[in-house]
Amino acid sequence: MQFDQLLQYTLSGLSTGAIYALIGIGFSIIYNATGIINFAQGEFVMLGGMLTMFFLGLLKLPLWAAVPCSVAATTVAGVLFECLAIRPLKQPTPINLVIITIGGSILIRGLSMLLWGKDTHAIPPFSGEEPINIGGATILPQHVWILGVTLVIIAANKYYFYHTISGKAMRACAYNRRAAGLVGIDVRRMVLFSFIISSALGSVAGIIVAPLTMTAYDVGIMLGLKGFCAAIIGGMSGGAATVVGGLILGILESLGAGLISSGYKDAIAFIILLLLLFIRPQGLFGKAQSERV
Amino acid sequence: MHRDRIKFLAFAAVILAAPQLFHGGYLMNVLVFVGINTMLAIGLNLLLGYAGQISLGHAGFFGLGAYLSGILTSTCGWNPWLAMPLVAAVVGAAAFLIGFPILKLKGHYLAMATLGMGIIIYIVFNETVALTGGPSGLSGIPNISLGDLTFDNDVKNYYLIWFFTLCLILLTQNLADSRVGRALRAVHDSEVAAQVMGINARLLKVQIFTLSAVISSVAGSLYAHTMTFVSPASFGFNFSVELLTMVVIGGLGSIYGSFLGAALLTLLPEFLRAAHDYDIVIYGGLLMTMVMYMPGGLVRGVPDLFRKLQKKGGSRHA
Repeated sequence: MQFDQLLQYTLSGLSTGAIYALIGIGFSIIYNATGIINFAQGEFVMLGGMLTMFFLGLLKLPLWAAVPCSVAATTVAGVLFECLAIRPLKQPTPINLVIITIGGSILIRGLSMLLWGKDTHAIPPFSGEEPINIGGATILPQHVWILGVTLVIIAANKYYFYHTISGKAMRACAYNRRAAGLVGIDVRRMVLFSFIISSALGSVAGIIVAPLTMTAYDVGIMLGLKGFCAAIIGGMSGGAATVVGGLILGILESLGAGLISSGYKDAIAFIILLLLLFIRPQGLFGKAQSERV
Repeated sequence: MHRDRIKFLAFAAVILAAPQLFHGGYLMNVLVFVGINTMLAIGLNLLLGYAGQISLGHAGFFGLGAYLSGILTSTCGWNPWLAMPLVAAVVGAAAFLIGFPILKLKGHYLAMATLGMGIIIYIVFNETVALTGGPSGLSGIPNISLGDLTFDNDVKNYYLIWFFTLCLILLTQNLADSRVGRALRAVHDSEVAAQVMGINARLLKVQIFTLSAVISSVAGSLYAHTMTFVSPASFGFNFSVELLTMVVIGGLGSIYGSFLGAALLTLLPEFLRAAHDYDIVIYGGLLMTMVMYMPGGLVRGVPDLFRKLQKKGGSRHA
């Protein structure tokens, strides 16, 4: 195996890994604010790509306008989901929450299928398709976009959670919701915020990956599950650990597809997921914590 | 206890008489599937409704039963009656082994882990082309026969499947009324309390997971022999969700509820042929509305609703 081949797999793994990281951060933000694993997270990713395709194709908007429109529309979907499905739930037991978020996810998927059909759709790359050569490996400009956007988002995320009042309030909710309520934080609003941020993050991930992988009504399941896997590797932290988790997963998957078999590519993520849940449910870097198990 | 027996006999009588009412025909074929889905829903209900443990990978066990039976009887030429219990034992053993680490997880984590397990099994069906035929499926699976009688048409298959399903209903009813059933409900309500009462909650959960996998595997074997063809598409994530919908709609912890959910979800698409693509929207909507407004499922929700309406009517008269 040559070095440039290895480099090629690693580079393309990094960019898919960045996508998984963004989705994983979405999972952990909602989990930390509410204790819910949102099974509909992948559908926000799908909505991001599909809505961009819709704004570009049918409404003939330019890309710079279609992207924010699509993020905004997905965020509205996230807000609606929280207000109409999560909030009114009378018995929010974990099983009921799992069932309702699964119900929501297949509802969103089904509606998108009815709206946009079962075909896969392409979104044009943001800045051309001229390959860039790096030490014998080639990457596309879109890969650079993905890595760049991910970096910006991670930085913005960090700023929000550590340097703004509402971000600090959200962290307080994650530590202890009752105590946060006692010091005057509106927990319900923080829950809504968490859905807003996660759906926006998910849609951005869906938009930047769509030019590379195409998009369709059913891409949400796999992307969502792999994002969850990244979040599990990162111990549901929502910070750097989840980003590392996503990158590890992306690289392993890309190497596995290249070296073992591309058919089993998707299985790799799930085997890692199961092994981690069995052996280290607190994440690769976390300390043991009996509550999560 | 006595009422349960009468209920069962009445149910069995209706089931056995049904073919006379429909005079064969296409509906018989659908009713065969209602039987298979009832078995699967009861299997999942034991785990979800009684023990309170979710699984989003049961389509995987169903598929394992179908594929292993299919491969053993078609490629290796075994007798179906020999293959079925052996396959069930193998699937059960696998479920028992994976049950210990997987059922250590709770709630959302358990849901994700079982989902991952189901998808891995699905990928294996697709990729081991030499064994399973890959995405295009495995054909030429023989029908089951008993002496000179071959179960090769819908009416015969109907009786075969429903014989198994009725046996299963009787078995689960007895299980639910036994010490094990009470222990399961105790684990459902509070695992810690159950353990304090001397129940080995961990082992019990694994045992019920295993039983549920064995039931799914037998249903899978029967499915393979009645269809004589299996393909991975029938055993994906969507089918796991469909099973979950059946159990939730019918009512968690209710055996006849599982039948109701299975019947409804199997018959509905047949009557809504034109609305074929809408089924996933309908499942999603049903799941959400049931959990929000009728968490006890139809078997409990409908009588409740009736009582409420009656009360309202009564108070108006007074």
